[in-house]
Amino acid sequence: MVENDRWGTFFAHLVLILGVALVVFPVYVAVIASTHPPGTFVRGVMPLLPGPNALENYRTVIFEGRSQAGTPPIGGMLWNSFVMAMAITVGKLSISILSAFAIVYFRFPFRMFFFWIIFLTLMLPVEVRIVPTFQVVANLGMLNSFAGLSIPLIASATATFLFRQFFMTVPEELMEAARVDGAGPMKFFKDILLPLSVTNIAALFVIMFIYGWNQYLWPLLITTDPEYYTIVMGIQRMVTGGDSEPLWHLVMATVTLAALPPILVILFMQRLFVKGLTETEK
Amino acid sequence: MATIVMDDLHKVYAGGVKAVTGISLDIADGEMIVLVGPSGCGKSTLLRMVAGLETISDGTLHIGDRVVNKLEPAERDIAMVFQNYALYPHMTVFNNLAYGLRNRKLPKDEIDRRVREAAEMLEIAPYLDRKPRNLSGGQRQRVAMGRALVREPAAFLFDEPLSNLDAKLRVQMRVEIRQLQKRLKTTSLYVTHDQLEALTMADRLVVLNGGRIEQVGTPMEVYSKPASVFVAGFIGSPAMNMIDASYLREKGGADGLSGLPVGSDLIGVRPDDLLLAAPPAPHLAVQGDVVLLEPAGAESHIYVALADSAQPVTVRVPRLPDVQEGARITLFAPVDALHPFDKASGLRVG
Repeated sequence: MVENDRWGTFFAHLVLILGVALVVFPVYVAVIASTHPPGTFVRGVMPLLPGPNALENYRTVIFEGRSQAGTPPIGGMLWNSFVMAMAITVGKLSISILSAFAIVYFRFPFRMFFFWIIFLTLMLPVEVRIVPTFQVVANLGMLNSFAGLSIPLIASATATFLFRQFFMTVPEELMEAARVDGAGPMKFFKDILLPLSVTNIAALFVIMFIYGWNQYLWPLLITTDPEYYTIVMGIQRMVTGGDSEPLWHLVMATVTLAALPPILVILFMQRLFVKGLTETEK
Repeated sequence: MATIVMDDLHKVYAGGVKAVTGISLDIADGEMIVLVGPSGCGKSTLLRMVAGLETISDGTLHIGDRVVNKLEPAERDIAMVFQNYALYPHMTVFNNLAYGLRNRKLPKDEIDRRVREAAEMLEIAPYLDRKPRNLSGGQRQRVAMGRALVREPAAFLFDEPLSNLDAKLRVQMRVEIRQLQKRLKTTSLYVTHDQLEALTMADRLVVLNGGRIEQVGTPMEVYSKPASVFVAGFIGSPAMNMIDASYLREKGGADGLSGLPVGSDLIGVRPDDLLLAAPPAPHLAVQGDVVLLEPAGAESHIYVALADSAQPVTVRVPRLPDVQEGARITLFAPVDALHPFDKASGLRVG
């Protein structure tokens, strides 16, 4: 820490406050915009103070949707997004923690080969392999289904790699002590490795959930049935749908609601990983 | 309670490195055996082979009346204390002790009884609800001991359990472990690189070097009759002085060496056997210059460069002797305190 000097503190705070203001301003505008009646935006001036229509706007998006543009009420879309994001998160975490466990603690032929194969997939994100992946999903009849939405996004080299690095820092004696104590590999995994990984799991959970929640391209490709629309797609449809001027007040209300679940996940998980970070036990 | 019998054990690592070569050793029921040697001598590998954490490349290992070569550590009925304790960081002390018992499906009240008994014995009962991170080094050490104790195993295996403690605590735990082991009469195998720990704790100690046994014997046997130059240099502190026989013959009076067996061309003398005054018994006498006087409380070490020779020797005398650095003194060595070795093979002669 630098010496305590008044100007230093002042400038540090100034920079921080400016930074926060810069990041928060668009969010603020979105929230404010969601409280105004439709007419406000036609004038082309963005209001910076709350308007009178908050309750009505939110009621409209939640219960009616924008029926004339073919967008369903957003409850269903929020639910779809949630299911997809959770499936992707839980799927990614369980597969990657298990594969990292296999790679670090078991000696099997071609172990390093498999590790590098997993590592190589880092270079192949969904966007790169989107055409063949679409083909496979279509042939398996998974279009317009939750399976189709989540399964192709589940494999994660990043999480596997992070868990591997973490497992390698766990002292080997712990595994040996568990062996002497009569714990088989899976029992060691469940009783010792998993509890020690809680912090990592929580941090990755947040990252993966937001990754899943923000998926746009993939759901857009494989869903044609409004029953499987996700919220991020929905926002886009609300903006472009119909011939009339976009109903910005409703779009902004939807945006605000769509941003809530990731924030809740962060708030909830933050307690877990901050706790884990302050109580380092190793 | 069990015997451990090692029959020609070998360990060859994947790269062809031989860590342990042909070790045979019988450990009696209730005996405390200390494996001692410099780092890389194979002592830890040997212990881990007994524990089942390393595979056995060749040879057979019996614990009790079973051949355990292929058994998992848990099936060998052993308990191990690790150098860094290896406590489960997320479990309370109670759960750390109970974990092995739960895995063995012992009834709950039996687990509870054993854990409390062990905690009582090791004086860690007040800490049963704490996590390891809230314990001091000494307390963690006791928990690690407790985890071995509750299992009531056929044998205890200790892998340098005291090397992470400070000097004072080390002495205290050394005494406690030894007392506990004598009380429980559990066969124990203890690995250390500290020759003092080895001498004080062992019923018999095994000196290892380069994956082979250099000598097996009671601490006093090994100390008073080291089987090789290596053992002589490793056991005892300060280390034994090694002086060329030809030098002694020339400078110290040939008749003194005449009683030693033929072929002994290297003579070992413990620093405490070099005296400043002539003893009544037959002895050798050599002259040298005092290079350094090292007072160490109850004793002092005098480093003496022998006349016409580069070899400095160490002399251990009680209290602070009346010698000046730079002065020329005469050292006397009783003939029966000399250890004859063959320089070429490094082995004791006779």
